[in-house]
Amino acid sequence: MYLPDFDYYAPATLKEACFNLARLDGDAKVLAGGTDLLPHMKNEVIAPKALVSLKEIQGMQEITYVPGRGVVIGAKATHNALVRSQVLRDRYPSISETAHSMANYQIRNRGTIGGNIVSAVPSADLPPILMALDASVVMAGPHGTRTIPLEQFFVGPRCSVIACDEILTDIVIPDQAATGSAYFKFGLRRSGALAVVGVAASIVVNETRVAQAHVVLGAVAPTPVRAFKAEQLLIGNSVTEALLEEVGRAAADECKPISDIRGSEEYRRDMVRVFTKRALRKALHLPGEQKRGVK
Amino acid sequence: MECIENNTGRDKRYAIQLIVNGDSYNIAVKANTLLVNVLRDQLNLTGTKKGCELGNCGSCTVLLDGEPVDSCLILAIEADGHEIITVEGVAKNSQLDTVQQAFIDNAAVQCGFCTPGMILSAKALLTRNPHPTETEVREAIAGNFCRCTGYVNIVKAVLAAAVTKDRGA
Repeated sequence: MYLPDFDYYAPATLKEACFNLARLDGDAKVLAGGTDLLPHMKNEVIAPKALVSLKEIQGMQEITYVPGRGVVIGAKATHNALVRSQVLRDRYPSISETAHSMANYQIRNRGTIGGNIVSAVPSADLPPILMALDASVVMAGPHGTRTIPLEQFFVGPRCSVIACDEILTDIVIPDQAATGSAYFKFGLRRSGALAVVGVAASIVVNETRVAQAHVVLGAVAPTPVRAFKAEQLLIGNSVTEALLEEVGRAAADECKPISDIRGSEEYRRDMVRVFTKRALRKALHLPGEQKRGVK
Repeated sequence: MECIENNTGRDKRYAIQLIVNGDSYNIAVKANTLLVNVLRDQLNLTGTKKGCELGNCGSCTVLLDGEPVDSCLILAIEADGHEIITVEGVAKNSQLDTVQQAFIDNAAVQCGFCTPGMILSAKALLTRNPHPTETEVREAIAGNFCRCTGYVNIVKAVLAAAVTKDRGA
């Protein structure tokens, strides 16, 4: 299986890379890990005239905590880097756990968080948990950078608001009082399978009542989506098993799954109900579901 | 990585250096040449196998700077200046590596097609985690498909190699 011909650029700076992309005017793709891009090209789904590689660009892979800004993850950080990052393990273990649940070891060594976001695949695993944690994305273009909430990034399957001359550089997770967060996914195998359903939750409980809740559903709509009605049911209430069931049902009502080779619409909808409960239980550190979660 | 002169357009070739199994190779590749094809076709190291060629099966696993990766999903040009270990570089001075010997002793070689990738994934695992549990072994080789579906002996072999390494053999 061979790749079609293309021109190749490996600029040393981000600015140069953006100018390269601007000059190529939509005919180029950005190459980071390549674990999504190259199979896509081999399968002849896309045939870019040029690839602009980020390999010579220094930095862009650190995972650091910046006081006042939050956790900043360079877009070139690999999935295994997310798994190993002490910063994430201390602050947002749910992100490390999500990365650990993705693909297989070889792919996790190459695939990047930036690629996972920019590819905008509806079943991608990192966007739901990042959205649940209110993450923003920073994009560099030929004329400067801009930052937008990740929630506003996705437009449809494999479609986002990033311009053809922009490069995703950082993902920022702002400080928050989160009690906990979790991502639960169902794949057809333990390893390497795409999510049939993925549910991320982050929740803040003051005393006994829910002060803040995010529920984000993956693989059940053209983009990852917030389950606003489900979230509203939680706010101001004490979490009980009955409430969780109601929240699960609300989330199932809100999603718009398709039927495909991995699961039917009805099945996905019911899995959203179940996984919403599980993700919330795990985010709340309630017993019962940990064993079945992503490791 | 520099462009070789007198080459234009998409036939342009780039001079790259790869350090494979400790030997340095200066070669010319096209932008779309995959690492697996350089290893097999240009360096004649055919131990690295081509399976699905989409990053699912792990037959083409090599170690890039010590970490297992799918060489079917890496442009050779992106590996410029990096160190690569293929299955040919695992045995030292005609002496099989502990992992290789353990595969033979535990009848884990089977048809042999997945074996090079399995051995490299196992070696990388034992380097970063000398005492893996069975679950950790299974997870480490989850990206290496065996279509004989005989993972039991492979897992046994990796666990046995860990014990042998412990004894200093």
